[in-house]
Amino acid sequence: MNPVLQIFWQNLRLQLKQSSDLVAPIAFFGIATMLAPLGIGPEPNLLSRLAPGMIWIAALLSTQLALDRLFQRDYEDGSLDLLALAPVPLELAMLAKTAAHWVATGVPVLIAAPLLGLMLGLDGGSYGALELSLLLGTPILSLIGAFGAAVTLGARRGGALLAVLVLPLYVPVLIFATSAVGAAGEGLSPWPHLLLLGSMLAAVVALAPFAAAAALRNALE
Amino acid sequence: MTTAPTRQARVSLLHRYANPAAFGRLSARILPWSTAIAVLLLGAGLYFALFDSPPDYQQGNTVRIMYLHVPAAIMSELVYGAMAAAAAAGFIWKHALADLFVKAAAPLGAAFTLICLVTGSLWGRPMWGAWWVWDARLTSELVLFFLYLGYIALVDAFDDPERGLKAGAILVLVGVVDLPIIKFSVDWWNTLHQPSSLMSLSGPKIHGSMLLPLFLMIGGFVAFFLTVVLLRLESELLARRIRAWRSAAGDAS
Repeated sequence: MNPVLQIFWQNLRLQLKQSSDLVAPIAFFGIATMLAPLGIGPEPNLLSRLAPGMIWIAALLSTQLALDRLFQRDYEDGSLDLLALAPVPLELAMLAKTAAHWVATGVPVLIAAPLLGLMLGLDGGSYGALELSLLLGTPILSLIGAFGAAVTLGARRGGALLAVLVLPLYVPVLIFATSAVGAAGEGLSPWPHLLLLGSMLAAVVALAPFAAAAALRNALE
Repeated sequence: MTTAPTRQARVSLLHRYANPAAFGRLSARILPWSTAIAVLLLGAGLYFALFDSPPDYQQGNTVRIMYLHVPAAIMSELVYGAMAAAAAAGFIWKHALADLFVKAAAPLGAAFTLICLVTGSLWGRPMWGAWWVWDARLTSELVLFFLYLGYIALVDAFDDPERGLKAGAILVLVGVVDLPIIKFSVDWWNTLHQPSSLMSLSGPKIHGSMLLPLFLMIGGFVAFFLTVVLLRLESELLARRIRAWRSAAGDAS
């Protein structure tokens, strides 16, 4: 089998093996969204207006949870050193590991999001835009997040530091994704925002693995 | 064989000041001048800004905040640009002082950004009627502030300082790729702040009597930055030498 695919499957199996790793981000996603009505108030009009933003902020925060463990175990048991020595370029290995992270954390968010939208009274016309924005946006979160995890590898207070570094970089994703869902809710076309989100995904897929690999080489020196 | 000497000359020019002693001599020659220029320009600029420039016909005396706000805003971006250029130089040519420069400049950049945000807030209260509005420029300046803070936190988080410097340099380079996208996306999202009056195709849209103190202050800020960043670089180099001595002494005992 292709070694890059092998890395992907192996990491996915590892992510899914520990069911707590899988359940915690979805549960967090649900709980964070549940807290918003409790804090803001149950008024349906207000909630349906705030729904796209609340769902996206919860998605942003829940992908943070599994990130600090993305390389930690491999770093501690030395398999990251082997990965760096392997004939596969480290950049491709990064891409494979990030893809596994996305399947384990992004896809559950994609599945749970319409349900939460329903509970918050999201406009009927915006579910398609919500799903498409998550489909295009959550891989960007994983890719930038993987860079953050690589650059903080071996740092003290890694988890909190990771959030401080990565969340400001998420700003454009949040803006275009929620604009797309909001536009669909108002009966406008979400496509301009979605296309911009897609072009960002294309750029990040091309660039982020190089940054993550450079950070990892620094950590392994 | 004819190209070899010129290439060598270029490399040696770049690396001449990577030697701490050579850098120390250069910085000792620059420091008195940059200090004097900073004091002169800031002194003259503040005099003109506070006493000898006209109040705005609409904003009255609050317009004087501009003489602090605009230079700080320019410096907040200039310093990040300089840090990114140095980080790139550190990556490409492995220049020994580049990563140290990034570390030395970061707190200054964060301070300029904070000055810009605070003066902007004080200016916004009488003009817009609010301490803070979620306008595009304010928001992207705030994101820039968090990028500075993230860099400072990251560099300090490693037991091995050299590793922190390298990780920080990578972060600065990623940040500089993302910054234009953040600016563009936030502009799209909301705009209330006036567009730039200083940089426009038809020349500055500010009257000369206000332009003079503004340019004096911008020059003063640049000279001040140069002075402090050189001092900080020298102290970083001293700290590095002390660390080397300490670990040598620790190995010997």
